[in-house]
Amino acid sequence: MEKKGPGKLSKDALKNLFEKPATTSYMGNGKIIVEKGYRGRLQYNPTKCINCKLCMKDCPTGAITIINEGTKEEKKMKAVLNVGHCIFCCQCVDSCNTGSLTFSQNVDFARLNKKDLTVEL
Amino acid sequence: MSNIDKNKVTIPIGPQHPSLDEPAAFSITLEGEKVVNAVIGVGYNHRGLEKACESRTYIQDLYIVERVCGICSHAHSTAFCISIEELAGIKVPMRAEYIRVIVAELERLHSHLLWLGTACHEIGYDTMFMYTWRDREKILDLLASYGGNRINYGVNKFGGVKRDFDETTSSDVIKTINKLDDNIKHYLEIALTETTLISRLMGIGVLSRKDALKFGAVGPVAKAAGIDYDIRVAEPYGAYKEIPVKLITDNHADVYGRTVVRIFEMQESIKIIKYAIKNMPAGEISARVPRRIPAGEVLTRVEAPRGENIHFVRSNGTDKPDRVRVKAPTESNWHGVQHMLKGGKLADVPITIAAIDPCYSCTDRAIVVNTGNDTKIMDWKQLRQYSIDWYKKEGIDIAALKL
Repeated sequence: MEKKGPGKLSKDALKNLFEKPATTSYMGNGKIIVEKGYRGRLQYNPTKCINCKLCMKDCPTGAITIINEGTKEEKKMKAVLNVGHCIFCCQCVDSCNTGSLTFSQNVDFARLNKKDLTVEL
Repeated sequence: MSNIDKNKVTIPIGPQHPSLDEPAAFSITLEGEKVVNAVIGVGYNHRGLEKACESRTYIQDLYIVERVCGICSHAHSTAFCISIEELAGIKVPMRAEYIRVIVAELERLHSHLLWLGTACHEIGYDTMFMYTWRDREKILDLLASYGGNRINYGVNKFGGVKRDFDETTSSDVIKTINKLDDNIKHYLEIALTETTLISRLMGIGVLSRKDALKFGAVGPVAKAAGIDYDIRVAEPYGAYKEIPVKLITDNHADVYGRTVVRIFEMQESIKIIKYAIKNMPAGEISARVPRRIPAGEVLTRVEAPRGENIHFVRSNGTDKPDRVRVKAPTESNWHGVQHMLKGGKLADVPITIAAIDPCYSCTDRAIVVNTGNDTKIMDWKQLRQYSIDWYKKEGIDIAALKL
């Protein structure tokens, strides 16, 4: 049987004295590891986008908006995402026929201001 | 607050109470320690999801349906997908059906582990709570890795599944469930031999076979009362038509029986997953489904971890459904709870309620209050006039009020 007593306790106490804290800071100082295949924040490639707006039509929460700031011939595509509305279902990624929308492993969403939740992709 | 009537005391628990996970009102009438009457009031979590489904497209509805329940999300989305596929006349590739089964059984595993943990927590056996939740976390990691999220995996889509089950995922699943199998054997040994656990759970919340049939109990509650009914066996859907499923039943008809049934079901789930991975055919994982679904109506039943899930969909030929009706298993099991509580002790109330694995928010739908012969249908103008007259009768003239 394992011995128990002040000897063992002092060993643990010394160990804890020099050990790093068990807790980690928010997002692990950028070293947060999520599972492979985890659906994180969206990524947008404006050059591939054909302005079909299927992603906007299929989004269950209306979180994504595709805007063409240019003309029909010379497109200047922009995607605006409301991270507060997004449920990370990635239906937009499935609906996109050209592969202009993909999901990343970025899970850092917390913001101090509500307005900052609406981001341009 | 309590109302004293001779020797009886009525204790209201909830709708807001520290020990309740979700809001529900229980009015328990006691005679000493004994429960003589119990009234359950649900309806604090109405989300209007059926109505919300009617105003959105089928694709958007899939995500609403998936969020009916956090734990049985895959069971709900499977039922909805089967309904739509049947309406559209689509044949789902067999590989996709196998993947759906694997995810459904992983979901059953994590749901039963969660229940076992919370049930043990209710009876003060927190060691088991820690063990089971530790194991559940491994399953959630698997689901997050394959599906993309811990709870709402989003695996299903109309016509199949979104992601393929590759070799790495299969070996990860096998490795994890093999380890889990050893742990479940240990939990089963505890459930079958540990006298403290047996004496705490035996004879609590009894719902006999006759009563279970009368109140329409489903899932492990019915199986613990000896009712051999499981949709996977009685009316197999998807890959369950090919996969052998052993039906688990027990004759204790109490909380102990429900515990044993759930532990045996976990062992059965592990066998099903292993069989499905071994016999999964190669090929496509999804078929194309049109956006507009042909008119018709369909009723689908799926065995969720808690029991029978019923989905009804009526289509009118557009890309939005005409009517969606969701019946979660807790809706069927609530009726028996009042009966289970009667005759028991106050200290047994939490574990008796927890034993049906209730999901309050899954249950709440629109309620029609039948007031007998007084029911009248009025238009807006009549309703306005009625309210003015009603206040005048009470001595209040609305026109004279200065607000």
